[in-house]
Amino acid sequence: MKSFVSLSRAMALGLLRDRAAVFFMLVFPLMFLALFGALFANDSTAQAKIVQVGDVRILDDIPDAERAQLRDVLSIEKTDGSAAAKAAALKKVREGDTDAAVFQDGEGEIALRYSAADSVRSGNVRGLVDSVVQQANQKATGEPPAYRLTAERVEDRSVKPIQFLTPGLLSWAVAMGGVFGSAFNLVSWRKKRILRRLWLAPVGPGSVIGARVGVNLALAFAQTAIFIGLATLPYYGLQLSGNWWLCLPLVACGTLAFMSIGLLIGSWAKTEEAANGLAQIIVLPMAFLSGSFFPLEIAPPWVRTVSDYLPLTHLAEAMQAVLSRGESWGAALPVMGGLLGFAAVVTLIASRLFRWDDA
Amino acid sequence: MTDKAITAEGLRKRYGETQAVDGVSLEVERGEFFGILGPNGAGKTTTLEIIEGLREPDTGTARLLGEASWPRNPALLHRIGVQLQASAFFERLSAREQIHTFASLYGVPGARADQMLETVGLTDKRGTRENKLSGGQAQRLSIACALVHDPELVFLDEPTTGLDPQARRNLWDLLRTINSEGRTVVLTTHYMDEAETLCDRVAVMDHGRILRVGAPAQLVEELGVRSLEDVFLQLTGREYRE
Repeated sequence: MKSFVSLSRAMALGLLRDRAAVFFMLVFPLMFLALFGALFANDSTAQAKIVQVGDVRILDDIPDAERAQLRDVLSIEKTDGSAAAKAAALKKVREGDTDAAVFQDGEGEIALRYSAADSVRSGNVRGLVDSVVQQANQKATGEPPAYRLTAERVEDRSVKPIQFLTPGLLSWAVAMGGVFGSAFNLVSWRKKRILRRLWLAPVGPGSVIGARVGVNLALAFAQTAIFIGLATLPYYGLQLSGNWWLCLPLVACGTLAFMSIGLLIGSWAKTEEAANGLAQIIVLPMAFLSGSFFPLEIAPPWVRTVSDYLPLTHLAEAMQAVLSRGESWGAALPVMGGLLGFAAVVTLIASRLFRWDDA
Repeated sequence: MTDKAITAEGLRKRYGETQAVDGVSLEVERGEFFGILGPNGAGKTTTLEIIEGLREPDTGTARLLGEASWPRNPALLHRIGVQLQASAFFERLSAREQIHTFASLYGVPGARADQMLETVGLTDKRGTRENKLSGGQAQRLSIACALVHDPELVFLDEPTTGLDPQARRNLWDLLRTINSEGRTVVLTTHYMDEAETLCDRVAVMDHGRILRVGAPAQLVEELGVRSLEDVFLQLTGREYRE
């Protein structure tokens, strides 16, 4: 027990004093979260901008209450009705500075000029202006509307990007910590002959392996706490679902699975440089293919097939299920079992490649 | 206490095409200061590693203090101290943290670790990280780590290689002190003056075999030469190694 504690301490100090390692395992993934989180913070399609050339009665007649509501989605810039103003407005549309130009074209005709460069924006602005026109038409009949549409978005919570980014990026951070931590540790201890030195000290392999696993678990839980702490800040607005604590056993199983990959790399690689290169080659493509950074729904089928075989895919998916979608043991248990099985198989392979020293 | 410190019989170890150790037998008495000499690649380190229990011999047995060193025997490990050729330190730990870590692996209190640091004159350097220590300081620290649990039998693999004369002499004093306290010390070296001043007996090795064993003065006399260096050159030849 005492040797377990002192080895854990030695490993933890060695890790914390390695500024590059701390940066890559803690700060780097957090930078991604901060960056992506800020980028996607206002992800709802941005306000449509139109230029109104001269008087357009239905736009000028919008009641103030409705105008205030409309302001969130539609901004109207009014210019005078001169020919020069019209030409300037059309130029702005062509150059993409505004989404559309609107002008009165005869008594009952409202002209909308838009660019088709961005189909989402042009569709959006057409829909908006059309709805304003339809409402005006309807009002002009003096009858109450015959049909009314009540629309409501479902899954509003899980759609918010932070709900997707936090589990994905956290899983990626845990994967990096596990792979790099154990790979570097193994290579460095072999090179410095600490493995040999420990062989000649009265410590069991359980203490050595246990200390490494313990340090990695502590690192992974620290990553989890910091990630969730940051993401739940009002600015990012992560809403944790009821079973969010299930991410802890998931993170633990994920750590073991990724440590086994690190063990395999560390058993094979002779130098830290080789271990670093190999770890990057494995972790980086895995991160992209697992859907940790962005959803894979639009990816080609072969990508999704590859993705299904990656442990990070399943970890990220299960993390999302328990953190954001409120799922429970049903989502977490099979993944935990799979990750532990993966860890067992890869560790077995690593033990075949394991060397005590470089000789 | 009738067991000898070391009894090795017929040790052999082959790496691929190389017969690194080719039938080594030796005995070391308790309290003796024993040196293993040989040119580079003679098999000194491999012999030492087999005796320590770091490697399994292809054939032969090694017994330390009456107990077999292979397979790994934790009870025996408490009684021997080992300094490996490379300074095996935990990365990014200070001198004091290194020796305290080793102390706790052996269940030794921290006060003893600090005392050992004092003995090797590193109290001033206790806060210095392992990679900032000079060659001599690193060697002294690794010897201190090997001695922290007060072992009966100490193995040192080329402890003075790469040190300046001052550091070497200081280390010699330290090693003499260790030996005079009743500990058995076994070292490998290719400095003949070192072996001549420190060792009670030496074994001259080459090509994985022991060529001669005896007290330095006795070997000089037997071969009718002037110094241990002449003994060494006469036994192992003068062509370049490695």
